Amino acid sequence: MAPVATPFFFYLLSGIMLIGGILVITRKNPVHSALALIVTLLAQASIYLMLYAPFVAGVQIILYAGGIMVLFLFVIMLVSIDRSVRERQFNSQWVAGIIAATALGGLFIAVYTKGRDIFPEHALPVVENDNTQKIATMLYGQYMFAFEIASLLLLVAIIGAVVMAKKRI
Amino acid sequence: MGQIVSYIESYLHTKDLTPGAAGNMFWVLVYILLIFTGLAIAVMLMTWLERKVLAHMQVRLGPMRVGPHGLLQPIADSLKLLLKEDIMPAEADTFVFWLAPFVVVLAAFTVFVVVPFGPTHAITDMNIGILFMLGVSSLSVLGVVMAGWASNSHYPLIGALRSSAQMVSYEVAMGLAVVSAILMTSLNATGTGTLSMIGIVQAQQAQGEWFIFKFFPLGLIAFFIFGVAMVAETNRAPFDLAEAESELTAGFHTEYSGFRWSLFFLSEYTAMIAVSSIAVTLWLGGWLRPFPNLLHNSTWDLIFSLFPGATLLFLAAMCFFNAARMPKHPLFRIQTIGLAVFGVVLGLIGLVLFIPAVSVRVQDIFWFSAKVAGFMYLYIWYRGTFPRYRFDQLMQMGWKILLPLGLGVLILTASVALLQPMIWHP
Repeated sequence: MAPVATPFFFYLLSGIMLIGGILVITRKNPVHSALALIVTLLAQASIYLMLYAPFVAGVQIILYAGGIMVLFLFVIMLVSIDRSVRERQFNSQWVAGIIAATALGGLFIAVYTKGRDIFPEHALPVVENDNTQKIATMLYGQYMFAFEIASLLLLVAIIGAVVMAKKRI
Repeated sequence: MGQIVSYIESYLHTKDLTPGAAGNMFWVLVYILLIFTGLAIAVMLMTWLERKVLAHMQVRLGPMRVGPHGLLQPIADSLKLLLKEDIMPAEADTFVFWLAPFVVVLAAFTVFVVVPFGPTHAITDMNIGILFMLGVSSLSVLGVVMAGWASNSHYPLIGALRSSAQMVSYEVAMGLAVVSAILMTSLNATGTGTLSMIGIVQAQQAQGEWFIFKFFPLGLIAFFIFGVAMVAETNRAPFDLAEAESELTAGFHTEYSGFRWSLFFLSEYTAMIAVSSIAVTLWLGGWLRPFPNLLHNSTWDLIFSLFPGATLLFLAAMCFFNAARMPKHPLFRIQTIGLAVFGVVLGLIGLVLFIPAVSVRVQDIFWFSAKVAGFMYLYIWYRGTFPRYRFDQLMQMGWKILLPLGLGVLILTASVALLQPMIWHP
């Protein structure tokens, strides 16, 4: 079906994402930060849907919002929240933070001003109806090597976690 | 005015399109309202049926006072819940406590956007249908954790942690079972599978076989894994450790009362219907009638199209039978008349369903609902017969039995699907 009120939904979702992102870093209670992060990630999934990438949106919901956030909450529940709320928040890496923020801001401004030369003039053909199938053939065909490397990395991470958690196996 | 009418009418002229695919907002709204009310009524009936069936399994009568055979009990219950005082613990995290029931309800109801009650009877058909259902229903664990944490009390927190550990571990086995069913959808001429819910049922129609019978016994084992995992996923007996009454009072919703509690209750039953419809869609042929490949001439089509009306007529006959059996005391007169009127209504709906034009449109919904209702009965049956698992037994079952079994079925399904054309059609 044809898209409806695209600018409205884009600004709405971006607004939700920005507010969620700001709440993540300003809330003192880590659980509230985690909940704000979930809101941000869900809004991001909706933006993927708007970009005709339903598979990426679905994976985003399952992996980030579903799996990782549950584990995240697990960890947070083992942290003493009373103490972290009372603690003064500090940041000892503000120099690196400012440099990174300036670089990112510069990139944004460059893209905003020179965007016409960088991006193609016409929108790419929409592949919504066989999006998943297209991703599958690309992942298991053209990008097979990268895919396998990524899964190997994940395996290494799992084994590393087990080794670190259990000193005597 | 005429423009609006023609806009509404335009969907009726489309063929084989869901309202979402046709882009007709009016019919999308109609379908949303229909599904929402249908689910609410189904949940109410389910609470009555559960109490009644459990009672009969334990040689009791169950609810008998409110209405004939306690039929009006759900209405009395919901009135009671709405009138109850809404308590919020003083030390609770107010916002998260307030938000948690809504998250659970939203997650439970949103998945019905893609549930196909028939080839056109779905709100919309997504390219990622099954992925969407699994993802959004996995968000409900978030609401459970939020409720448990925000209550700021020990029992809810332990209940929430148990529930999330259980859901996360059974999701793995569930996902593997689902993937092996999705692999089967790709066994057609073009060799591309699909994740869309309607596409999965159409694949079963094209292959002339429900996936539960495909590559016997591989489909059956995958269905079994999903059947166990879906009970664990919905926190129902025998996997209801999150709300084990003898240990945790009521688990994660101990501190909730009144309307908020009823939202948790509503979402639990809605989630049960949602996972049952995943199972029906993936393995039991969705809206397809039984024996689509063996008995497929026009006589059998006619016979099976009589089923929806006949079922309602049977229910009406049962109403009349029980109205005749009601005690003859004057105090029961209103109940007797009410039951008879209910029977007449059911009978009239049944007669309408015999009209061919209606039954063609409705029999998909009937078969789908009938299969889901079978699962709902299984849920009650489990609760009546299985003792609750201990937590270590639960984890052992999930990680040591279901997960290896799921991996094995997945690998075997893939191998058989690859080898099949070489062996049978050289």
